[in-house]
Amino acid sequence: MKATFSFWLDFIREAFRGGKLFYLWMTLLTVVVFLGFAAYIRQFQHGLIVSGMSDQVSWGVYISNFTFLVGVAAAAVMLVIPSYIFRDEMIKEVVLLAEGLAVAACIMCILFVTVDLGRPDRIWHMLPFVGEFNFPQSLLAWDVFVLTGYLFLSLTIPYYILFVRYKGGEPKHNVYFPGVLISIGWAISIHTVTAFLLSSNVARPFWHTAILGPRFLASAFSAGPAFFLLTLKFIRRYTDYPVSEKIFQRIAIIATVALQINLFLLFAEIFTEFYHQTDHTASALYLFFGIGGKTALVPWIWSAITMNVVAVLILSIEPLRNNSRLLSVACVLMVVGVWIEKGMGLIIPGFIPTPLGEVFEYSPTLIEVTVSAGIWAVGLIIYTLLAKAAIAIELGKVRYKKLP
Amino acid sequence: MTENLKNNSNQVSRRSLLKKIGVLGTTGAAAATGVTLAAQVVEKSGQEFSDSLDSFFQKHYRRMSPEEVQVTIARLQRKAKRKYNKDISIDTAPPLPVTLFGYALNISKCKGYRKCVDACVEENNQGRDTQIQFIRVLEMERGSMNLEESNHYYDPETVPQKGKFYLPVQCMQCENPPCVRACPVKATWKEDDGVVVIDYDWCIGCRYCMTACPYWARHFNWNEPHVPPEELNPVTHYLGNRPRSKGVMEKCMFCVQRTRKGKQPACMEACPTGARIFGNLLDPESEIRYILENKTVFRLKEDLGTEPKFWYFTD
Repeated sequence: MKATFSFWLDFIREAFRGGKLFYLWMTLLTVVVFLGFAAYIRQFQHGLIVSGMSDQVSWGVYISNFTFLVGVAAAAVMLVIPSYIFRDEMIKEVVLLAEGLAVAACIMCILFVTVDLGRPDRIWHMLPFVGEFNFPQSLLAWDVFVLTGYLFLSLTIPYYILFVRYKGGEPKHNVYFPGVLISIGWAISIHTVTAFLLSSNVARPFWHTAILGPRFLASAFSAGPAFFLLTLKFIRRYTDYPVSEKIFQRIAIIATVALQINLFLLFAEIFTEFYHQTDHTASALYLFFGIGGKTALVPWIWSAITMNVVAVLILSIEPLRNNSRLLSVACVLMVVGVWIEKGMGLIIPGFIPTPLGEVFEYSPTLIEVTVSAGIWAVGLIIYTLLAKAAIAIELGKVRYKKLP
Repeated sequence: MTENLKNNSNQVSRRSLLKKIGVLGTTGAAAATGVTLAAQVVEKSGQEFSDSLDSFFQKHYRRMSPEEVQVTIARLQRKAKRKYNKDISIDTAPPLPVTLFGYALNISKCKGYRKCVDACVEENNQGRDTQIQFIRVLEMERGSMNLEESNHYYDPETVPQKGKFYLPVQCMQCENPPCVRACPVKATWKEDDGVVVIDYDWCIGCRYCMTACPYWARHFNWNEPHVPPEELNPVTHYLGNRPRSKGVMEKCMFCVQRTRKGKQPACMEACPTGARIFGNLLDPESEIRYILENKTVFRLKEDLGTEPKFWYFTD
């Protein structure tokens, strides 16, 4: 009990201790959080009318970001697999950080869904027993279930490991390993369920394809590790946490293979849509070429494809991949590319044209963008704090001192 | 001179005294009115406060006991009174026995006047500023059933236009409704008379049902809906046309406030060409049964397996 109390005290102390740069970073993020919050208050008062969404395009950047971040959360598992199953010591060094990223991403997902609600005051209606949770019928209920479960797993496993280390011991394999096994299956499930959430809709032919699930996993396992790799570079530069060059290469290979598969699946999708066009090709047609002079998404999807192709070229050619700077460039391209592909390339065109054939365009408003930025800032704050405390404990900087 | 002055000053002082009394009196009266008003306001806002607290904890409609339903309805009536300064009735009539509602629409009779659209908005209290319409009439090119070539916003001098036909679309009250399955909180369900309804006070506004609907029949209140009080239809049903709030879904519910009392839906009553036939599918003598048995009918997007209870036919 005492140890637990002391752990949390030290954890919080370490999380908030830092240099000038740290406080500058945190201040900047806090400012963005406040801006986002102010924008959300406005949305809360006036309703979602302040967004760019409409009866035609009823989901926008909020759900797009949600979909992308579910992928980031799920990707942490990609690093867990080699670490725990193949006893890959190298990746084990950073796996706790990856779990921290999963926690931050999960919380961002929950926030993005919440700000998208018309009646956030009624969110308790989703609670089982107290409310009416439509499980297992509704895929959205499934998503809430798997996401909270994943958040719980991503919190408890690292907590156990850190806590034992804090007390100066070695985490017991047979204690945390079953948890790890569950969380591996679980991570795949969160992104599969999110894909099914969309692909189950017979009303939206653009999403109603079996390839959506695999495509989601592939894109997640490319953008997720790429995002993580970028944060590792940051950590290596600004903390004394040792991240070996080989780890970057290991993560880069995971991201490379995933991105190659992702591009192949995208190609398969495009081929099937366009070889023999049907009425159901309309969304793809709108996305890639525009319909009737309405072309809002065309520049987005082509820049996303360009970014992903450049990234896959850099990553697939070994000398280029081994160049640290080029690797960073490829990772940035990949993260942005997949982010666009998930939002402007998947969620939004699913609504255009409407089931009654109306082509009605969507573009986010300043309020939506500000709220989204605020949520991203919340996520980055959480990840920063978790990573800082975890690093301090991992490095042995803080240990439980038993009183004499 | 001095006396005069004195008198004057006396007069002045008397006057000012009177004035003072007057002011005091007015202030007093004002204060008294103020206090009464304040008390009324406190009482009113107290009621308003307890009402908003109660509405926060309001149960799912299907979980309420009959007493709870009555209490809730009284509160909803007070709310409507505050917003529209009008007394409304909120009916809870259950589905009629041995009834399954269906609709058939004669597209060779429909001329695209959109009278049904207007009648629906008037009957069902859709927000005039939110501009929600439960029925959308599509102007179609003759020779094609491709919805993507339809015109939703046709506005010529006169209808019908040459070379066009008109296809009104509204909620199909599917027997296998994807929207009901999608809802994460069971805020929407299919009643025993086959009508898909929404508990507007349970909906969390996630809009997943909207994503799931193949007929674009579900609409969202992006802002607070307003109806001019003189236009508000005060005869409402809990699952039907009662006033809605911002952030929730709404849709066509076959005018349950009318049809469960044996009346026609507003769109059918308004149709000047008699293109619309509404009725009980379980009644072998009904007109809709006659049409289904004797006319060539079709349903929109039948291949999706949602089993719409809305048929189209031609003469």
